[in-house]
Amino acid sequence: MSINAKTLNEDEFFYGHKACAGCGGSLAVRIALKVLGERAIAVLPAGCMSAVGFNFPQLCFGNNAIISTFAGTASMLTGVEAGLRAQGITDFQAVGFAGDGGTADIGIQALSGAIDRNDDILYICYDNEAYMNTGIQKSSLTPFGAKTTTTPAGKNIRGNLRPKKNMFEIVAAHGIPYAATASVGYLNDFMRKVEKASKIRGTKYIHIIAPCPTGWGIATDETVDIAKEVVDCGLWYLAEYENGEFTLNHRPKEFTDVAEYLKKQGRFKHLTEDDIETIKRSRDAKWDAILKTSKSIRRIQS
Amino acid sequence: MAKQFLSGNEAFAYGIRLARPQVISAYPITPQTIVVEKLSEMVEDGSLKSEFIHVESEHSALSCAMGASAVGARAFTATSSQGLLYMAECLTYASGGRFPIVMMNANRSTALPWNIYGDQRDSLSQLDCGWIQAYAENAQEALDLALMSYYIAERKDVSTPFMVNLDGFVLTHTYEVVDVPTADQADAFLPKFETENKLDLENPRNLAFSAGPDHNTLFKYKEHIGLLNAKKAVAEAEDKFADIFGRRYTGLTESYRTEDADYILITLGSIAGLVKETVDKLRDEGRKVGLLRLRYIRPFPNEEIADAVKNAKAVAVLEKDISFGNEGTVYTNVNSALHKANLSVPASNYIGGLGGKNISADEIETIYDELTKEQTEVKFLGIGGEGK
Repeated sequence: MSINAKTLNEDEFFYGHKACAGCGGSLAVRIALKVLGERAIAVLPAGCMSAVGFNFPQLCFGNNAIISTFAGTASMLTGVEAGLRAQGITDFQAVGFAGDGGTADIGIQALSGAIDRNDDILYICYDNEAYMNTGIQKSSLTPFGAKTTTTPAGKNIRGNLRPKKNMFEIVAAHGIPYAATASVGYLNDFMRKVEKASKIRGTKYIHIIAPCPTGWGIATDETVDIAKEVVDCGLWYLAEYENGEFTLNHRPKEFTDVAEYLKKQGRFKHLTEDDIETIKRSRDAKWDAILKTSKSIRRIQS
Repeated sequence: MAKQFLSGNEAFAYGIRLARPQVISAYPITPQTIVVEKLSEMVEDGSLKSEFIHVESEHSALSCAMGASAVGARAFTATSSQGLLYMAECLTYASGGRFPIVMMNANRSTALPWNIYGDQRDSLSQLDCGWIQAYAENAQEALDLALMSYYIAERKDVSTPFMVNLDGFVLTHTYEVVDVPTADQADAFLPKFETENKLDLENPRNLAFSAGPDHNTLFKYKEHIGLLNAKKAVAEAEDKFADIFGRRYTGLTESYRTEDADYILITLGSIAGLVKETVDKLRDEGRKVGLLRLRYIRPFPNEEIADAVKNAKAVAVLEKDISFGNEGTVYTNVNSALHKANLSVPASNYIGGLGGKNISADEIETIYDELTKEQTEVKFLGIGGEGK
């Protein structure tokens, strides 16, 4: 039976930390560790989760956990996995939790190396779409139009001018055994994917959208709703990559209003009608491509 | 034991095989590459049981080794020059985490200008990163250090990573007859790696955490004490090594004909061989000269240096390094040792061998000649070209 909200482990492995109220990243880490259980060994780079959970003497992980260098999440995971296997220990799950900057920017080299070697690790990217720990600077996963502290929205430049890099497809292009996208707005889907990944040998990658109220300019009780809405309006999608094929997990009957999604967030407040049209067009083009490349389309559970 | 004709790199790889690391992270860079090539052959032919990881950068090489060490596995990696600098972030990380990784560094110049040949600016620029640093003179010592480094680094009161330095090409690529110990001897010498400083599935831990202003100094102090403790660990390792292998090393320094010497040259690494020959020649001519070879630069042999040169009339430090805008780093350290011992012996500094430039016996002899005169400036050997 697959794990869901009703059957989820009662034990907590990530608690007592000082993450901001409504933090999507800490929710993703908490849920993933509940799925993986006490034999999970977590590697977290410098970033939000290590900053809020790893301050001596207040250490917040109930399972084994270690901070890696910012660029070294995947390479440290490799060492942890190899080191235990070399000692004859195999009943554990080496799992990494890195943000968008730690994954798509500074950590992409090590991640690519680990996938290339097909190391038996699970890498979870909690994507809050900017360098939130240092105060909301643009990363390569910051979406088009978003205002950050290094892409200010002014008269001449209206926020970030570049589209979000597609890490899911970059990872899939390595021929990885398993990759998936997820959202903290669809936690049952995320739990299923974490559980599934934990049973596959080789490198696994899950990319979960994890809103940051502080950086996105939303209320602290809107995290889950906005993480649902980004999927429902089609700007994010839930999918898997396995055996060389893409599966779309969820196809909204019709998209909710993109403008409404954007206007709720402080980081997009400055966008013009033209900007919003640009975003819609890019969404539609992406969905055309997704529908062409996906082997099958499954309905999401709940 | 068996005599074999090996290069420095090969001898080191033979030593590492005897140490049985459980994880090896490998990335190529000249002139280190042969070490990881040789180890991959040993893994392939089954003579070494180790997880051999083809990492994609030097940063990942050391990051991977840290991950392995953090779960209690013995880890090895090797690098050189640009690679050492590329992984520099992980150097302080490994020492701060108290992970007793052993790394071989093939000493090579650093860009710019690009240069693949040997000098010691790469490792000496990283003196402050909290690693034990030893410098081998020859292939035999390189092999022996491969074994002893784990013994020293893994001792509980040390728990500090260990960088063994071999001069690029001059030592890494030069073939010598080397005594290769048997696996039984090596096993008798080197205990299995046991540590409490690890992620433990039965007793979960949080490692490599943040420590703010209130706690940071204590952790750094403990790191310092760990590195200082390496001094007695070196002595203990060498005693046990001599018992089992019959070869005796001399601690942090090696004194060569210094007892009654008026003029002493202080240096490190493979150039010591040529200096010894020069000392012998000059001694035959009736001149009272000697050599002090620094085998370890961290922990620094303050007392050993002071003791060796206390009756000398002058000393010179010859090093393949320059701290731009000041002087050679080894010279700075030696002067500190002399000052702390209230020794007013004149000390001069010679910078040689940069980018693989040969240091000749004549140049060494000239240094001994010049030691009789007062000197103030840092001297560069073999400037050549327009600078001459």
